[in-house]
Amino acid sequence: MSTDSHSNSAKSDLTPIVRLSAVNKHYGQLHVLQNINLEVSKGEVVVVLGPSGSGKSTLCRTINRLETIDTGTIEIDGKVLPEEGKMLAKLRADVGMVFQSFNLFAHKSILENVTLGPIKAKGMKKAEADKLAMSLLERVGVANQKDKLPAQLSGGQQQRVAIARALAMRPKVMLFDEPTSALDPEMINEVLDTMIGLAKEGMTMIVVTHEMGFARKAADRVIFMDGGQIVEESTPEQFFTNPQSARAKDFLGKLITH
Amino acid sequence: MQGYLSLWDEYGGQMVSAFWGNLQLTFWAAIGSLVLGTILALMRISPVPSFRAFGTSYVNIFRNTPLTIIMAFGVLVLFGVFQVQFSSDFNLNFFQIAILGLTIYHSAFVCEAIRSGVNTVPLGQAEAARAIGLSFMPAARLVILPQAFRGAIAPLGNVLIALIKNTTVAVAGSVAEISGLMKTMLEFRADVGILIFLTIAVFFVIVVIPVGLLTTYLSKKLAVAR
Ligand SMILES: Nc1ncnc2c1ncn2[C@@H]1O[C@H](COP(=O)(O)OP(=O)(O)O)[C@@H](O)[C@H]1O
Ligand SMILES: [Mg+2]
Repeated sequence: MSTDSHSNSAKSDLTPIVRLSAVNKHYGQLHVLQNINLEVSKGEVVVVLGPSGSGKSTLCRTINRLETIDTGTIEIDGKVLPEEGKMLAKLRADVGMVFQSFNLFAHKSILENVTLGPIKAKGMKKAEADKLAMSLLERVGVANQKDKLPAQLSGGQQQRVAIARALAMRPKVMLFDEPTSALDPEMINEVLDTMIGLAKEGMTMIVVTHEMGFARKAADRVIFMDGGQIVEESTPEQFFTNPQSARAKDFLGKLITH
Repeated sequence: MQGYLSLWDEYGGQMVSAFWGNLQLTFWAAIGSLVLGTILALMRISPVPSFRAFGTSYVNIFRNTPLTIIMAFGVLVLFGVFQVQFSSDFNLNFFQIAILGLTIYHSAFVCEAIRSGVNTVPLGQAEAARAIGLSFMPAARLVILPQAFRGAIAPLGNVLIALIKNTTVAVAGSVAEISGLMKTMLEFRADVGILIFLTIAVFFVIVVIPVGLLTTYLSKKLAVAR
């Protein structure tokens, strides 16, 4: 099911930005990722759906090697993720990550949160990094908070800073792991709007979310995971109106009744 | 009272300069064990298994060995047997061996204090640091340790207080410090024996209480808001 469905996605002759081939991972006895094959092309927005515990976060985290894999390969823009060391750190910088719990550096100002990566991981001059950071903070709408500490901001503002921090590395792909799940309802849209803006500008994105509205509006492709497998892969319209697998039907049915 | 005043006449200057010796031991051993303890803590949280094993062994060995034995080892074995000489000046050499012994012992405790500070830093901080392309050392230096130190101020203060008091063990290395002088004073001025004990206790209390108050204050003031 997961292999032939690539025909649904927007394919190009260019190297995919992210390519997972036959990726397997276990947590002890638990086979958390089962023979995952996935290609994401430049500019594509892929939304990952699935019930809790299906392996969505693990998938995201293997893509920038916050988690190791047992077998298979993961390539970023044609380069295989190295095991450890300097090369890994460098390739990781190409993959922006936005976490459910924001994870802003608690002891650093908003501005420093955004400039730390460019200065320390890329060797950018401070003045240049400040300029870059201010333009990104401007773009996500929190430039006026630049001297505050993360704890002084609302959840929605913190998550937008986290997006700016990831963008500051000029990543080739952005991973979002349930970016709005920890937010109060009234703050969800400000973050989703920022993400929709990014998608429109052509950022390559892999987004784990329960926000079906976002999936409908911004996704080029929807991936449905269950029990560590990619069960279904299709366009958002097709997935929401005409899901193929019983598990996807069951998942969508539960969403509507809740 | 008369007797006590005459004790001050006789030994006042020596008491102050001997206690100054304790403070100097504290100062240098505090710096030494902060540096060594930080390195050990880094080893214990590093991704390299052999570093972790070394750090763990070090802590287990030196935290569980009495300080007196470490000091005696320093003096008898390093100096006595191997003729290790840090300085040609005889007294200065013992002083330096005492600093070394205090540093070796207390760095095990500093390591554990910093590690307890590391435990106050959520895992997501390290993950976010890795995600923006920082490798272990930059992530530790820029993100983990600054927060860990701020979470470790209170336990580090306790180690410092223990260190101040433990400088008296340097008497084993015949370093001019106050517990050595206390023995001499007790021998010659048994008439005011209790007052000698009390006086020396007061010396320590005067230094230790502010340290405790300061570290409590700082640990609140510098706590990382989450
Ligand atoms: N560090 C871990 N150790 C052991 N099991 C884990 C770990 N992380 C996640 N799991 C398990 O792996 C499965 C998939 O988790 P996860 O990828 O977080 O799912 P999702 O994000 O889809 O909710 C779950 O059953 C979870 O309990
Ligand atoms: Mg998850």
